[in-house]
Amino acid sequence: MPKRTDIHSVLIIGSGPIVIGQSCEFDYSGTQACRALKEEGYRVILINSNPATIMTDPETADRIYIEPITPQMVEKIIERERPDVLLPTMGGQTALNTAVELVKQGVLDKYGVEMIGAKFESIQTAEDRELFKAAMENIGLKVPKGFFVKDVKEGMEAEEQLDYPIIMRPSFTLGGTGGAVAYNIDEYSDLIVKALAASPINEVLVEGSVIGWKEYELEVMRDHKDNVVIICSIENFDPMGVHTGDSITVAPAQTLTDKEYQKMRDAAMKIIRTIGVETGGSNIQFAINPKNGDMIVIEMNPRVSRSSALASKATGFPIAKIAAKLAVGYTLDEIPNDITKKTPASFEPTIDYVVTKIPRWDFEKFPGANTTLNVQMKSVGEAMSFGRNFKESLQKALRSLENGRYGLGADGKDAYDIDSAGAKTHEAILQDVIKQLRVPNAQRIFTIRDAMRLGMTVEDIHKHSYIDPWFLNNMKEIVDFEEELKKAVL
Amino acid sequence: MRIKAKLVLEDGKTYDCFSFGAEGETTGEIVFNTSMTGYQEILSDPSYCGQMIVMTYPLIGNYGISNEDFESEKPQIKAFIVKELCTYPSNWRSDTSLDALLKKHNIMGVEGLDTRAITRHIRNSGAMRAIISTKDLDVASLLEKVKQSPSMVGANLVDEVTCKKAYTWDEPNGKDWQFLENVSREHAYTIAVYDFGVKRNILRKFVERGCRLHVFPSKTKAEDILKINPDGVFLSNGPGDPEAVDYVIPEIQKLIGKKPIFGICLGQQLAGIALGGHTYKLKFGHRGANHPVKNLETGVIEITSQNHGFTVDPKSLNERDIELTHFNLYDGTLEGFRHKELPIFSVQYHPEASPGPHDSDYLFNKFMDSIENFA
Repeated sequence: MPKRTDIHSVLIIGSGPIVIGQSCEFDYSGTQACRALKEEGYRVILINSNPATIMTDPETADRIYIEPITPQMVEKIIERERPDVLLPTMGGQTALNTAVELVKQGVLDKYGVEMIGAKFESIQTAEDRELFKAAMENIGLKVPKGFFVKDVKEGMEAEEQLDYPIIMRPSFTLGGTGGAVAYNIDEYSDLIVKALAASPINEVLVEGSVIGWKEYELEVMRDHKDNVVIICSIENFDPMGVHTGDSITVAPAQTLTDKEYQKMRDAAMKIIRTIGVETGGSNIQFAINPKNGDMIVIEMNPRVSRSSALASKATGFPIAKIAAKLAVGYTLDEIPNDITKKTPASFEPTIDYVVTKIPRWDFEKFPGANTTLNVQMKSVGEAMSFGRNFKESLQKALRSLENGRYGLGADGKDAYDIDSAGAKTHEAILQDVIKQLRVPNAQRIFTIRDAMRLGMTVEDIHKHSYIDPWFLNNMKEIVDFEEELKKAVL
Repeated sequence: MRIKAKLVLEDGKTYDCFSFGAEGETTGEIVFNTSMTGYQEILSDPSYCGQMIVMTYPLIGNYGISNEDFESEKPQIKAFIVKELCTYPSNWRSDTSLDALLKKHNIMGVEGLDTRAITRHIRNSGAMRAIISTKDLDVASLLEKVKQSPSMVGANLVDEVTCKKAYTWDEPNGKDWQFLENVSREHAYTIAVYDFGVKRNILRKFVERGCRLHVFPSKTKAEDILKINPDGVFLSNGPGDPEAVDYVIPEIQKLIGKKPIFGICLGQQLAGIALGGHTYKLKFGHRGANHPVKNLETGVIEITSQNHGFTVDPKSLNERDIELTHFNLYDGTLEGFRHKELPIFSVQYHPEASPGPHDSDYLFNKFMDSIENFA
């Protein structure tokens, strides 16, 4: 079916100012969506309070409102512009939350504005962790053991039934704000209060430990004829417990057999259908127990996400652009593949390279901030690289961070002087390194190298960090090659 | 110390590389596969008999080899060509490594060469013969040998991979790997399988639906198939040029209309020929797990697993009798058809997946329906 002709104007909500957890990735997708819809001849109306975005350039949309992204302001714009439809899935959590509010207040009904891309019920089911959990159990998928708590008392009751470390995930927040990992009761009793306060509905999902499980993401697209394709699989270098925005991530998935991957793909298709995202992209996160392959569903974002920007660039499949076209009625086989131009977009990209994304932190600008990485995102940016193997893409991404490092070591900027350390210092460094391997932090990738140079084996490092031995062995090859180079005579 | 090897294509293209798996010398048709997972299923698929596989995904061996994931009893390929072999597989299901598996079965592998360049070359110049050697590194001599090796056109490879004598099969997939959404296990049908190199997952899919399977060698006469009075006949996948297996055609013709028939891959090509059509060789074939196929009956797009070098020419089929049901959205080639009156249908791709997506699993149900309606 071709595009809809019963609609003429589309309102798009941007993501507002750049904050930790929500930055320029939504400008990237929002701009794509605006252009795609203009290209189709629709009148595009945009609200975004951030003037330093591409999407607020005059030619990107027909009407641009640089105004606060609040339900009240969006209502005023709707009253004035009378758009036919609202596309809320391009501006991250801010846009989605605003749209939900507009539905609840009856604004969309009042002005006869249809929401496209995601239905209100779908957003509710995906975002409300309790509804989501029920929906997953309904289709036979597992979710982490956990409880929804509304106050501190309920929080303490839940604590008794769960194993540490305990993960706290406040409902309806962006970038995991207020989310935390508690390793003991002291931390827990402090963090649960903060987590409850961070949720706009004072609800927190308290989950038992799946720390050490491997984390995966799938980028999924669906059209209104129920065609579903997987755009990209992503494997996290950092195991569960670290926010994906703070994880080093790799595309495609590296250590899944085809049977496991297809099982995950089947689950993703079931999830997008059950949640009812009718058109567009979604990001679904899974965890897998490395010991027996048990799979659980962590969460789903019924919108373009941070990962979809990465997946778009990693595969050449412009998720936001295609999602915008699907929202106005096209099906995947009616849209040309952006790269070949000849074949349709109804396919699953296959790549012959490895893509690595590494977050960039700026903790020095936040004195006193806790630099431990957990389920609340702390990075302020990221670098991504392509390589014909993981080693190449890792090295290029590390070099691209512009934090003064030239790759995994060999740049004279190591934290420890291991070569000239005496036996006693050696032991002290080792103890320090082990401590840093255990608790995820911004420097951990370099600490792994230190650990290898100190003689720790891949098994040891895995035991402390839970990072998959496949990644560690690749890093070991880099470290070993550095030693080989050092010995080479010019 | 890495052992040097050379890959020489029949048009003279030469690639220096390193050996893994077995050492020695081997020839075959060089083709590429674009699947990012599933190397084990690929190398044990009998349809690859006589072929050297270039994997376009550069890192191969990452998750090792699992005893559950074989598509036949052993690796079937002539050689495996990868960018980088992983020597430290990491997965709870892994029983051995890719290197060890190939060594055990005396199959050559090479790595450390530019697989992207080879793939581009095959795309531009077509699939062709190639030779790999660790014992002769002289290009002129290798080129001489590759030119004398057999061509894929006219090659009857079915005789190499079909079972020597009939057998029954009753194994489903392991419990964790039975993807049985919308599947009834209640079909107590007897299926006769013509084995042209059948993939085990096809057999498992039937067993999971409750069927009893009798697998027959390719040279079995139709009369002998009918003797067991099967509820349906399945024409399997397999290697080589379909027109070289002409002895099967009259047998299939005798079965058409008598029993419901379902064909996959080579099975479709043979059904096509039996119904009066003919086949031709594709330039570089379809081998991968992401091919979009449109089902014309439903309008739905299926992401499919594919592995074929030959295909049925849709123009050669009589449109009065035959309905074309599936087309490839990449290049418009025919992916499936059915007879308008008689109970016979087939697809060119692999609904059994393994490796690949499960989108087309419904075709097995369709065969069950076809049997039910025929009875």
